[in-house]
Amino acid sequence: MKYTPVIGLEVHVELNTKTKMFCRCSADYFGKAPNSQTCPTCLGLPGSVPFINQQAIEDCLKIGLALNCQVTKDSLFERKNYFYPDLPKGYQISQYRWPLSTDGSLEIKNNQNETLKIRINRVHQEEDTGKLIHQGNKTLVDYNRSSVPLVEIVTEPDFTDSISVRNFAKSLQQIIRSLGVSNADMERGDMRLEANISVRPEGQTALPDYRIELKNINSFRFMVAAIDYEIKRQAEELEAGKTLHQETRGWDEDKKETFLQRSKENANDYRYFPEPDLPKLKIDEEFLSKIELPELPAIRTARFMSEYQINQADAELLSENEAVAKYYEQVVELGSAQDLSPKQLASHLINKQKLNITDLSAEGLIAQLFSQKNNILDDDSEIEKIVKEVIAENPVWVESYKAGKTTILQAFIGAVMRKSTQKPNVEKVKVLLLALLEKA
Amino acid sequence: MKLTKTEILVVAKLANLPIKESELDLYSDQLSEIISYIHQLNSVDTKGVEPTFNISPVENVWQPDHVEPSLTQDQALANAPAKKDGFFITEGVFGDE
Amino acid sequence: MSKLTDLTLTETLEGLKTKQFSEAELNRAYQDRIDEFNPGLNAFLTITPGNTGIPVAIKEVIVTKDIQTTAASKILDGFLPPYDATVITKLLDQNICVSGKTNCDEFAMGSSGENSAYGPTKNPWDLTKVPGGSSSGSAAAVAADLCVFALGTDTGGSIRQPASLCGVVGLKPSYGRVSRYGAIAMASSLDQIGPITKSVGDARQVLEWISGPDGKDSNVVSSKFSGSKLQNNLTGLRVGVPKEYFGKGLDQGVEKVIRTALSKLEELGAKLVEIELPHTESAIAVYYVVMASEVSSNLAKFDGTRFGHDRSQFGAEAKRRIMLGTFALSTGYFDDYFIQAAKVRTLIKQDFDQAFERCDVIVGPVSPTVAWNLGEKTKDPLTMYLSDAYTIPASLAGIPGLSVPCGFSDGLPVGLQILGKYMDEETILNVGEVYENATEWRKQKPNL
Repeated sequence: MKYTPVIGLEVHVELNTKTKMFCRCSADYFGKAPNSQTCPTCLGLPGSVPFINQQAIEDCLKIGLALNCQVTKDSLFERKNYFYPDLPKGYQISQYRWPLSTDGSLEIKNNQNETLKIRINRVHQEEDTGKLIHQGNKTLVDYNRSSVPLVEIVTEPDFTDSISVRNFAKSLQQIIRSLGVSNADMERGDMRLEANISVRPEGQTALPDYRIELKNINSFRFMVAAIDYEIKRQAEELEAGKTLHQETRGWDEDKKETFLQRSKENANDYRYFPEPDLPKLKIDEEFLSKIELPELPAIRTARFMSEYQINQADAELLSENEAVAKYYEQVVELGSAQDLSPKQLASHLINKQKLNITDLSAEGLIAQLFSQKNNILDDDSEIEKIVKEVIAENPVWVESYKAGKTTILQAFIGAVMRKSTQKPNVEKVKVLLLALLEKA
Repeated sequence: MKLTKTEILVVAKLANLPIKESELDLYSDQLSEIISYIHQLNSVDTKGVEPTFNISPVENVWQPDHVEPSLTQDQALANAPAKKDGFFITEGVFGDE
Repeated sequence: MSKLTDLTLTETLEGLKTKQFSEAELNRAYQDRIDEFNPGLNAFLTITPGNTGIPVAIKEVIVTKDIQTTAASKILDGFLPPYDATVITKLLDQNICVSGKTNCDEFAMGSSGENSAYGPTKNPWDLTKVPGGSSSGSAAAVAADLCVFALGTDTGGSIRQPASLCGVVGLKPSYGRVSRYGAIAMASSLDQIGPITKSVGDARQVLEWISGPDGKDSNVVSSKFSGSKLQNNLTGLRVGVPKEYFGKGLDQGVEKVIRTALSKLEELGAKLVEIELPHTESAIAVYYVVMASEVSSNLAKFDGTRFGHDRSQFGAEAKRRIMLGTFALSTGYFDDYFIQAAKVRTLIKQDFDQAFERCDVIVGPVSPTVAWNLGEKTKDPLTMYLSDAYTIPASLAGIPGLSVPCGFSDGLPVGLQILGKYMDEETILNVGEVYENATEWRKQKPNL
């Protein structure tokens, strides 16, 4: 039998706010002494209460808006109750029934390079946990990361292959970076992916009655490998007549296989209920009107296509990185005076320069292309070579120049021009002649 | 409504409460009596009534993203029953996340 | 002049200002009484003697920097908070000093003070009786003149009821009037810190000191409380009398005292209006669902990692409420219990909103009985819960409530409960003060 995969994603993004989600301790925990950035609130001491970080709410809304979500007018925080030593309060302040935004979508490419619309179920705000370090039968706990703002993005189970998942995650990463709300670095844990995977017989419309959660995978590459492995494994298990159950699995990069982390038979009951310590959030039009979104890659792509008449593939490549897009537009502006078309410039930037924007300034690039276009010899070493030859071939002229007859310079220039197949840059010829005649 | 001893054990596990076998009967009786009493709520007509979770009328209460001083590491750890090199120590990992 | 320890806060401030006595003399006088009477009362769990400032007793659930704060639980034995509650910071600014931490029911869970892990507090009027709870030590300390005033917390009646049973003034402010930062949470949507004092004027003064936003408790309302001017009569005041607060279960002796007090209010110019609070009978059930649900979550932080001891150290009542709340929030029961309770809570609030269209304050008993015998109700949690029938509705509605001494039944104090509109402490304090000045009850002291 053939099986179709059903895949949904849960993505956690750690925001780069200065302070934590519910207290004003510094959120910059990386490399800090353990438990040096805590207070009664993020340490969960008796008597403490949370206080919302406004910036985090705005950042979470930005992500929701960028993913075309509907903003919830009356939003609430809730408590997700469970016991784990990295969770100081015994509950995580999160959102469940009233998330900040819902019902969005993001268009990506699937493994056939077709456009696929992934529905976004929700984008909600929550807080991070502390960090555990296991030493023998003891566990050490550092709460510096406790309560750092996290945004959770949950998709509908709209993926059917691993490439789509990767494309979605990359696209999301670009959006988050464009928004400037997180570094979205996978290895550092700023961005964490969890995939829910199951398979169903081809043609079946009902969702499977189980799902396997892939967790703690910190690169796009490993995620693709793990999903592919799971799709194959699950199909084989079902084919062999086995029943699959809810469980959490991780990825073993050495063995190139997934492994069981936790079976969900004793699934936790999180007992979500509205967080009584926090007033509700009323996000109205006025508040939303103050939130400014930068131009996102997808919007920019569309604009580049219409404004510069370039094809979609080129427009996407030039749009995905903010700095590259900026460079391209600068080059287009400078180039217009030199009759260099946006299309020509796009092609050069992508094919010749391989999107490298650090070695040559926009001005430098335009000067170079201008020379090429007019068949001008602009290359310093080429010109120098010809100048040297002309000097060597005309010792008499050199003598007269040294004797003070500077008008002989015109003869030198004429000789260089004749010798060159292209039209050399006259200014450069002059400068080089003067310099080399001094040394001759 | 009667909460059985098994149900008490399930709830106690969820609540991470160590309950002694000898206490089970008492908790089962007492909690059953309270739950039976609470059950009267279901006879109140609440059709169309919005729930009240927070009685305070305030909304959108938040602060700008400005760092304020934290506790020192010593203060944070002062009440810890077990600590090492600036970390809290916990006895392995319990329960399920 | 009467004894230093008889003086109200207002009188004490005046005495210090006019240099009739020094802060050291004041502290010495209270310290002597603590030394003499606390062993018999068990009102204080920790005594922190000093010789400056105005000595005040703080309930054991309010954190005090570097002063042991146990919430009267074994689980927090030895806990030294690294910070002060907002109310403490605000009081320290007013030259108040913490003279000790007062006993209470464990985590403020109880109506008799007997749930303390450190032994019950005794009622100063009769050492064989309970002082009420959960702010048992705070009420007993004020009644026995062991402090100038005390702070308590009220979740379902824990300030008003012990104040009533001990014959002192107790004020539960509106929810959101006083910051809860540093009050070890029992039920976050209900908890309020408030004063227990020797006079109504004192309660007004303390509320002025401790109220207002602090940038910590998000639920605090920004409007500032300002003590209103004292009026001498209650002319034109409409006093609502809820018939549900005079039904079966109300002790006849207590009812007689309350009816006499109502007549006094009429005499002072008030007009009595019979009102209805039809959802009163559901209030206890709502309370036990909402409160226990919040308790089960609030007490999850006690895991013995960052502070305190392991979870086996919770007392029986804490365990019962944690289990009840865990049950009410669990899958399959959440809608029938938690959501239904939250809806009925709305109806209870609406009862008050409607009643306050017809009256300015609502008056009735605080407790259906006077102080009962130690040990009398400890075997039966539900009976204990039912004794809070008159205080719980106001807690659920978030409105302010004042308990003012209004007489005696069987030689034990009875308190008059005065409930006000949300954020209208001014009116209930004014009514209480006019009543207090027109009667002699405040001046009665227990014979220790």
